[in-house]
Amino acid sequence: MSKAMSMDFLRPMTWAEALAAKAADPEARPILGGTDVMVELNFDRSRPSALLDLTAIPELAEWELRDGVVRLGAGVPYSRIITELGDLLPGLAIASRTVGSPQIRNRATVGGNLGSASPAGDAHPALLAAGAEVEVESVRGVRIIAVDEFFLGPKRSALQPGELIRAIGIPVTGGPQQFSKIGTRNAMVIAVCSFGIALHPAQRRVGTGIGSAAPTPLRAHAAEEFLGAELDWDGPLDRAVANRFGELVAAAASPIDDVRGTAAYRRHALSVLARRTLTWSWEEYRCV
Amino acid sequence: MDVQLSVNQDQHPITVDTRETLLDTLREQLDLTGAKKGCDHGQCGACTVLVDGRRVKSCLALTVTMDDREITTVEGLADGDTPHPLQAGFIEHDAFQCGYCTPGQLCSSVGMLAEFAAGWPSVVTPDVSAAPHLDEGEIRERMSGNLCRCGAYVNIVAAIGQAGR
Amino acid sequence: MTDIQVTSPVRDGVGASAPRPDGTLKVTGEFAYASDLWMDGMLHGATLRSPHPRARILSVDLTGALKLPGVEAVLTHEDVPGAKLYGVDHADQPVLAIDQVRYQGEPIAVVAADHPETARRACALIRVVYEVLEPLTDPRRAALDPSYEKVHAGGNVVRHQPIRVGSVFEADVVVTGEYEVGMQDQAFLGPESGLAVPAEDGGVDLYVATQWLHVDQDQIAPCLGLPPEKVRLTLAGVGGAFGAREDLSMQIHACLLALHTGKPVRIVYGREESFFGHVHRHPALMRYEHGATRDGRLVYVKGEIILDGGAYASSTPAVVGNAASLGVGPYSVPNISLDAYGVYTNNPPCGAMRGFGAVQACFGYESQLDRLAEACGLDPVEVRIRNAISEGSRIATGQIVDMPAPLTSMLEQVRDLPLPEGVSTDLRDLPGGVANSTHGEGIVRGVGYGIGIKNICYSEGFDDFSTARVRLEVIGEEAAVLVHTAAAEVGQGLVTLKAQIARTELGVPNVTIAPADTQVGSAGSSSASRQSYVTGGAVKTACEAVRERLLELAAKKLSHDGLALSGGKIVSVSGIVVASVAEVLGDDVIEETREYRHRATAPMDQLTGQGDAHTQFAFCVHRAVVDVDVELGLVKVVELAAVQDVGKILNPIALEGQIHGGTAQGLGLALMEEIQVAGGLIRNPSFTDYLIPTILDMPPMRLEILENPDPHAPYGLRGAGEPPTLSSTPAIVAAVRAATGKSLMRIPVRPEHITGT
Repeated sequence: MSKAMSMDFLRPMTWAEALAAKAADPEARPILGGTDVMVELNFDRSRPSALLDLTAIPELAEWELRDGVVRLGAGVPYSRIITELGDLLPGLAIASRTVGSPQIRNRATVGGNLGSASPAGDAHPALLAAGAEVEVESVRGVRIIAVDEFFLGPKRSALQPGELIRAIGIPVTGGPQQFSKIGTRNAMVIAVCSFGIALHPAQRRVGTGIGSAAPTPLRAHAAEEFLGAELDWDGPLDRAVANRFGELVAAAASPIDDVRGTAAYRRHALSVLARRTLTWSWEEYRCV
Repeated sequence: MDVQLSVNQDQHPITVDTRETLLDTLREQLDLTGAKKGCDHGQCGACTVLVDGRRVKSCLALTVTMDDREITTVEGLADGDTPHPLQAGFIEHDAFQCGYCTPGQLCSSVGMLAEFAAGWPSVVTPDVSAAPHLDEGEIRERMSGNLCRCGAYVNIVAAIGQAGR
Repeated sequence: MTDIQVTSPVRDGVGASAPRPDGTLKVTGEFAYASDLWMDGMLHGATLRSPHPRARILSVDLTGALKLPGVEAVLTHEDVPGAKLYGVDHADQPVLAIDQVRYQGEPIAVVAADHPETARRACALIRVVYEVLEPLTDPRRAALDPSYEKVHAGGNVVRHQPIRVGSVFEADVVVTGEYEVGMQDQAFLGPESGLAVPAEDGGVDLYVATQWLHVDQDQIAPCLGLPPEKVRLTLAGVGGAFGAREDLSMQIHACLLALHTGKPVRIVYGREESFFGHVHRHPALMRYEHGATRDGRLVYVKGEIILDGGAYASSTPAVVGNAASLGVGPYSVPNISLDAYGVYTNNPPCGAMRGFGAVQACFGYESQLDRLAEACGLDPVEVRIRNAISEGSRIATGQIVDMPAPLTSMLEQVRDLPLPEGVSTDLRDLPGGVANSTHGEGIVRGVGYGIGIKNICYSEGFDDFSTARVRLEVIGEEAAVLVHTAAAEVGQGLVTLKAQIARTELGVPNVTIAPADTQVGSAGSSSASRQSYVTGGAVKTACEAVRERLLELAAKKLSHDGLALSGGKIVSVSGIVVASVAEVLGDDVIEETREYRHRATAPMDQLTGQGDAHTQFAFCVHRAVVDVDVELGLVKVVELAAVQDVGKILNPIALEGQIHGGTAQGLGLALMEEIQVAGGLIRNPSFTDYLIPTILDMPPMRLEILENPDPHAPYGLRGAGEPPTLSSTPAIVAAVRAATGKSLMRIPVRPEHITGT
């Protein structure tokens, strides 16, 4: 193979080295599990000047619970989220089960999927619903970005040149969380659309996240506000409230027709998923 | 780039392009053609190998990241002339037809049984600390990353079920 | 001489679940698929394909590609030394495009270079100037509108086959429907690949994954300008076929490059290229009108089936023949007016896929039978029983079914099988599974039935035969058999069956299957469910000839009359063992080559479709049980039960695998598999968006296999690979209809068809 095609490969052993490398070559593409980056490379959709392999940095593969927030290292694979964080981050754990296939889940990471900023990333709705924050860092310092301000467009994020994702801060609400995804087969499928919900009982608030139904993952703000106003936190769930919530979630989306489904179906399915996940969450909340 | 690759317990000092996938290195440089290329982007599972005992899709792994990792391919599953119980089970249950997905199915099922033995919970277990039970549904769930176009799934489930007992 | 002993049947003969001879290689990773082949100094080929479905080629500039270091050849149609066109049925497809392209992905140039990446980059450096034209993508207009522009000068209709029977087209009960079948892909997991090696005699040796070595040879040699004997093919490991390897893909290209460069050339397609590199299942537009008495007995069927063959003919004519002759299904219909068309368009070329024309029709006529049942207030099984053919009935072509056709009892049997338990509460068992879209809400269970009729072997007067060479000799003091045919093992287990037949016929356990190549006569294609029948028949016949010579030799050497072969021993009339095979053979070698033909078939009348076009019919019945989330339109197939009559079970476990596999591909067509084409362009050429069933989509199966022998076939067997692909699709769709009440006129059924959004 000719030299013109080669690509530098950098494997920093510490976070400081990684930041220095990214500062020296802002075009360097960070890689963790590789499940997004490698598809682009294999199909020649991108030719980065360098790859920045972050898998040797120990702290990226760790998570910790401090002050009611899980600080999830960017490099923790989904299989570990499922096995280790099902009780603390139930919404994210349910979403993690639907990522790709078992082999993919052994490698793919939340940090990597955030970096790709795909509108179809399965973790994103759960992060939006939970009110997560993305901790990004460069040699200039650390920035904390609310996850609903992180996605700017299809495959575009708020990361600035030289910045790497260090961790994701996800509040442990203690409240029920759910995630649902539509696929046209029963495994290994990219979402036609998806929805995440998190009850925040302490704040008497409900968080939402919509996937694969707009240029970016997004929150259904009007639906959240509606529930904030209408939910009776001490009573059973009013069917009409749940239905209206579904409609408002559907209205928040701006889906398109594509090979995976129609815009109309996506809106319809979102309304169903929103109603169902709210109902399940409420049942769980009322049982506790 | 120079890499020390450990495959099936053999050491291979090799020079690879930084863009090269583990799958291409195994197939083109090490003449280990057991792992197969079926889709090139992690959607079929035919390239599944074990890295440090965990199953991964080698078409989505860069060779240069594999320095100091222990890789096992289908060629390394048998113990000398004694086939791995899963290899024997796949033959006994006729768990393949064309066989193109078989190396991936085998590596994936070896990795899956190891995950199971390590106590990885079922994805539907409400209580993640409960011991998982390897019934047919659970085998299907855990093997859902490997396509078989010949449709030998019924026999694959049977072969893995026997080996898993 | 040997002591008196009683002979026992040989192990792993016909009827046993003998293991695959290639099984060990396949589980150890040593089995050499075509893409695994490698030679010192070989070059890598790549193909430049048209991005447009229809365009004139104004110019092709190879300069940039030729300058790229590592590139050894860049060839266009001008470099094709012989015939410029090829085709499996008739030659209408350019080896490399000549002045125009007719589908997206049509090859324009091929490159050989020292590295695959270099070859691909060279392709990107070829400058082609196109005049892009509006693609002709409407198959109905192509079939019926003479004013529609032409894809080929000869017109857009590749074949129109009418069926005309009777003249009564009025009835008390009339049901109509318009149905559509999307374009299914065979999606074998091992993409097209092969290695061409130039030979010293000016010829070429090609190692390739294909379904029919000799028909490849017949097409390749004229294009290379070589006599057939200088184009020698050997079968490389085949990673699935399902019809997609019946047409040529990289064969001529690799040979051209090898002959041009004087070096071995390997071409391996990637998955995306594979979607453009082979023909697909014909999409179909179908209109049916069924007239019946009030008690559900068919009076007439009117039908129109339009099959979109895309840019080139491929096997469209034969697909049309099947769709027409089997277009009313396994039912007795006194009056028929049906027209099947296969047409050219600028859509992707379509040809063979498992089920071959019978699949599309089966979805149509089975959907109609369900409508008829509803209209008459009958159970879906009952309406089928009232109309099913049986032995002695005539099918639509007037041909008498002169073999068992126990459809009534098969239908009753599948209906009476126990049903699976009620709707599960386990997330893994619900539609969507762990994607967690329902915890039971919206779930409705449905049950549906489907039945199909498939012709086995080639039809319509085709000279359909296979050749087997069987050699018996002593190796290491033991009798050993070598079976040599050109039949393609594509995963169906034919190598196992050939060995089983040889063991049974010669009583010799030690059987070796020689690699398939063109050094022995044609075996015909591994398609039409025909190899057990035809190549099985050839091996059996050749073994019988070897046995006859062995007994002659024994009579001569032992001076003994009335000898027979039993349990691998030479026995006297009274069954006493007089010698072993090895003792009789000594240093002699017996080798016999035989061709086997099934009984002749006749063409269909061009105006009425009448004629004894088929040699054998096979039947499968499915019952599908599904759970549908009717609010989200998601489906989980809970169980598939099948009853199939195979005449004679040669290998139980391999046979079950064929039924599982055929059923799974029918499931895919029912629920998820479609190449989505818009304006002649494929929108989903990847496994991310062309979805085939996973292990979670394929449910457990209940099988009942019947053995009603066909007196015309070797061992009474019937071809088995295709019938389950026909009937599983309509059974699943019927079950989804039963759960949802939706009409579901199009497959694959998408969630939005169920939700109506």
